[in-house]
Order: sequence, then C-alpha cells, then structure tokens
Amino acid sequence: MLRPKARLLQGNEAASMGALAAGCNFFAGYPITPASEITEYMSRELPVRSHPFIQMEDEIASIGACIGASLAGAKAMTATSGPGFSLMQENLGYACIAETPLVVVNVMRAGPSTGMPTNVSQGDVQQARWGTHGDHPAIVLCPSTVLECYTLMVRAFNIAERFRTPVIFLADEVVAHMREKVILPEEDEVEIIDRRRPTVPPDWYVPYKTDGSLIPRLADLGSGYRYHVTGLVHDDRGFPTRRADEVEPFYTRLFGKISRHFNDLQLTENYMTEDADYLIIAYGCTARSAQAAVRLGREQGIKLGLLKLQILWPFPRRAVESALEGKKAVIAPELNMGQISREVKRVNDGRSLVYRLGKMNGSMITPDEILNRLREVAK
Amino acid sequence: MKQIHRGVVYDWLRHDKKFPHVWCPGCGLGILLGSLMRTLAASGLEKDEVALVSGIGCSGRLPVYVDVGSVHTTHGRALTFATGIKLFKPKLTVIVVMGDGDATAIGGNHLIHAARRNLDITSIIVNNQTYGMTGGQYSPTTPPGYKAATAQYGHIEPSFDISALSATAGAAYVARSTVYHVTQLDKVLGEAIAKRGFGVVEVLSPCPTNLGRQNKLGGNVEMMKTLKQSAMRIEHWEKASEEERAGRIPIGTLVDRDLPRYLESYKKVCEEAARRRQEACA
Repeated sequence: MLRPKARLLQGNEAASMGALAAGCNFFAGYPITPASEITEYMSRELPVRSHPFIQMEDEIASIGACIGASLAGAKAMTATSGPGFSLMQENLGYACIAETPLVVVNVMRAGPSTGMPTNVSQGDVQQARWGTHGDHPAIVLCPSTVLECYTLMVRAFNIAERFRTPVIFLADEVVAHMREKVILPEEDEVEIIDRRRPTVPPDWYVPYKTDGSLIPRLADLGSGYRYHVTGLVHDDRGFPTRRADEVEPFYTRLFGKISRHFNDLQLTENYMTEDADYLIIAYGCTARSAQAAVRLGREQGIKLGLLKLQILWPFPRRAVESALEGKKAVIAPELNMGQISREVKRVNDGRSLVYRLGKMNGSMITPDEILNRLREVAK
Repeated sequence: MKQIHRGVVYDWLRHDKKFPHVWCPGCGLGILLGSLMRTLAASGLEKDEVALVSGIGCSGRLPVYVDVGSVHTTHGRALTFATGIKLFKPKLTVIVVMGDGDATAIGGNHLIHAARRNLDITSIIVNNQTYGMTGGQYSPTTPPGYKAATAQYGHIEPSFDISALSATAGAAYVARSTVYHVTQLDKVLGEAIAKRGFGVVEVLSPCPTNLGRQNKLGGNVEMMKTLKQSAMRIEHWEKASEEERAGRIPIGTLVDRDLPRYLESYKKVCEEAARRRQEACA
C-alpha cells in the first residue's frame, strides 16, 4: 500500500499515532476535553492490534492501571487535562519512586479547577514539575506543532523506557485541537528504545541494583523474576527501608539517573538566533505566535530570534544560557503569569534582561502583543 | 538422614525479607497470610503465575512476605494497578489484598467498578472495622456506637456490609469468613482464586490494639471468641429466624454465579476490530 506523503492531522491524532509508532500497547483513560480524541483514537486502534484499551472509572484508576500494566511489561499511556491531571498526582509520584516507565498526556486547558472548559492555557507547567508530593525529578516534553505531537511523543516513550520514569507530555488545547498538514516519518525511520530487562538468572536479580547508568533493569511481572515493588523508600532488593545509609543512596540515584544524562535532554530549537539582538523564549502554542513575531519583527528591522523549548523539565538550562548570551533583552511569553519566565530569570544570572509576558484570558498571545512588549522594554 | 519437610508456608514465604513482620501481637493478618500461602500451595499454581497486589494500611504489608511478584501500591488504588496487570498479562493469577478503609472508603469507587467489570481478579478484603495503622480512626465498617480515635463520643454513621456491597456491584463470587474459621477461610480463598470472574473474600479480623482497646472488647483471645460466637454458617443463616439472626453474621460462600467476563468480551472486540480493519483495507 502506498503511504500518502502528506496528510491533514489533528494534534491529538498525531500524538496517538506517535504513541503507537513508539510501541504503546496499553491505554487506560477517562474522558475529558480537550484530550478525549486521544482516548477515542486508542479505543479504535488498540483492539485492532489485540492490545488492551480500557476506560476506567476515573483518572486515578487510569494512571493506576497504566502503572500496573507497565510493571507487567507494557508501554502504557494515559491522557487527560487539568482536573484529571490533578487527580493523577499521587500515582505519578508512585511511578517516580517505583521507577515505572509511563507516558502521561496533559492537554492543558484554563484552570484552576474546572476553569474555562476548554480554552487554551499553559498554567500547568509548574504543576507538571512539582505536582506530586515529595522531592523528585520530572521529565516534561511540550509540543508546539502537530508534527511534534508525533515526534516528541515517540521521544516521550523512549525517554520513559530508557530512564524508567514517568514522562509528562504537556500539550495545550490549541496544539492538540488544531489541524496541520504533516509528513510523518516512515515507520522504519522511527528510533524506538525499550527498557533494559534483566539478563541474569532470576536468583541473581537484585531489582534496584544499578551500573554506571544509575538506571536499574526492570523485570516484567510474571516473567520468572519475583520481586517486590513498593511506593515506600526501598533498598536494592525493593524492600522498605528507613535506614539512612540505604535511603540516602536511593534518593541520590533517583535524581542522579536523570541529571547524569542531562545533556541528552536539551531539547530546544533555535529560529534566527545567530545574529539576533533580541530573543523570545517560548513553548507550546505560544512558540507559534513567537515565530510569527520574529518574522514580523525582522520585516520591521528588529533583529529578533526565537528559542523554542521542546522540553520544559528538567529545564534545558544549557541551551537557554547560551541563547541568552549577548542579547539586549529577552521576552518569555506564556499563557500564565510567569511560570517559565521565572526559570529563565533564574538561569539568566546577569547575562541579559528578561521580561515576562503573561496572558490569561483564554486566548493565545498574538505576534503583535509580543512585538509591543518588545518595543516597551527596548525603549 | 531423614529429610524434614518444613511445610508449604516455608515454601511460599519470601526468605530474603527481613523479619519480624510489622503487625501487632494479636493481629489476624498473620493467620490470613498463612491461609493464603496454604491456599496457593494447594491451588497447583507456580509462584511465577501469581501477582499479589495490595494497597496501604496494615493489610498492605502482606504481599511482601510471599515469594511471588508483589506490588504494594497507593492507598485505595490496588484494584486499579491489578486491573492493568490482569489486562496486560491475562495468564497471571492476580490477587489483591485490601483493608476495609482501603477497599470501601478511599478505594470504594474502584471496588464497585472492578466488581461490575468482572475481570478475573481475587480481592481479599480484611475487615477489622478500623484504621489500625493510623491509630484506630473510624472506617466505613466501624459499627455505629463504637468509639474511635475520631469518634470519641461514639460513632454515628451506619456501616457498610462489604459482602453485600460487592454482590450488588456485580461480583461473580463473594464469600465471608474470619481468621477464627481458618479451615473455611482456606476453602473460600481457594474457591475465589479458582473462580473465573471477580471474586471477593471478606475476612473478619480482630484489631485488639486499636478497635479492641478503645471499645473494651478485650484482647485477641476475647475478640477471637466474639468472632466464633457471632459467626453463623450461611447454610444455618438461610434457615434461621429473625431472632436467631440477631447479632450474628453469616459466613461462607454467599454468591457464586457465572457472569459475562471482561477478558472474554474484550477478545471478541479485538476480533471484530481486526475483521473490520481487514474489510476496510481490502
């Protein structure tokens, strides 16, 4: 069969297709706008492949089923929006401490609470980082185009599998619901990473013992490796412990397994930044307005560039630091009151002048609003 | 030299787990642990064919002592994890251990939906009528009038009948037993695990440390005696008069029925989906 090269796809559709391309073989979810298209897509496609799809009784149950399936060997995903994402926070922490690979999609809508169903927002950026209790690392990817819904979703699964950790796919209502012409990569062009499973005989398997990567090997439940999984802090064998000499290495490794590979997680894109005097740092749907602002600004003689963030957490400070270098001023537009701009200010450390541009009225930031803000600060 | 057989409990116990266990003297959970291991040994299942899942609370600490794949999940959510495990690995025998607060308060929603869905999962709900681990606060099964750490003037809420709740929600198998009636407990656990469909075994168990102390119910011996005296086999219960039933609790197999099972139905969905896709592509 000939594959059509170009097709018109919705962001949520492309995200679902990316998940399937990455090997997603389990989905549990609960309906919520603007994420329901993903749940519906998976309910149509997974049975064709004889993989489980289930609509659970709530979002807590959805992520719980995904963690259970992942421990049994599945590449599992759930999809939700703000209210459901809030409900998932406790189990998200469980996936973190039990080091369970998992992809959680949060298509952001305006909150808090029921907020404005379902106008666009980027208000869950800090929640995605700090939503679950207790200090922990977090990995959060953020698409700004329909194509990125596909490509970043593949990366989300690969990162989850490689690092044995939940990955949050933080889309927004505009990117999830809009349709664009996209040319998807051929299936054989998609790089797929699977979790490392134990190769030693079951008697030798120590579930949380690691090598230099700090990422332990994960055995599927029922595969001959019998061990204990718990949300309690545990020793190398997986048994609960409160001994300081076992607890401290555990936490150190939990953070270290991400920070040791920090350079692999600098997912950003530069747009006309080489000769830029002024810089916009943006993500999600706001990056689209920012890109237009760069073009408009350049037509008007302003040397403007864009650094687009495709990963929000861990904050890609290497890429941001070098982009800040030598800029007269930097604007961080976003659909909240300054959740990423505070991070930019944190890493700026005197390199440039950083200004926020927050908007919370249920609509996108326009290119003109960005340019006006620039004129204001560049006076 | 004569080989000493140490017994099935020794065989199914996880030997690299540090002891002593976490439970108070007089707790019924140790009896349930023994019963579960005897039942598993008698079931003919291999250790690698079993996944044992629990929530949070005293009962949540049970799976770690059994030499099978064990998952100690979050409070109230054990059934959701178990659902994911069973859906992805249908060949695994999935057994869930919960407490009364775990299963019917914070996890009540998951219990009724799991029962309705009818996956092949066995739920063991240990009912000690209190939140033991946190110090004896009232649970959905604390009887009205009882004292609790959060009901110092007497508990005012009616209590759940866990077995009736599970049956109404659609469980294929429901049994009630106690840690006093161990022979029966072994039997109903075996039936529930063998049952094709969602099974619930409600296990009445004493908590002398918290429920007993606050309500002057005596120690473990007195509370075990109460279990012995208040329980009535379902066969007798069905013939008993209202007067004879007063203050008594029916035990035994309460529900055993065949209902459409989720995994079989889902298999048909997959076949239909594949057929339609093939037609569309042809």
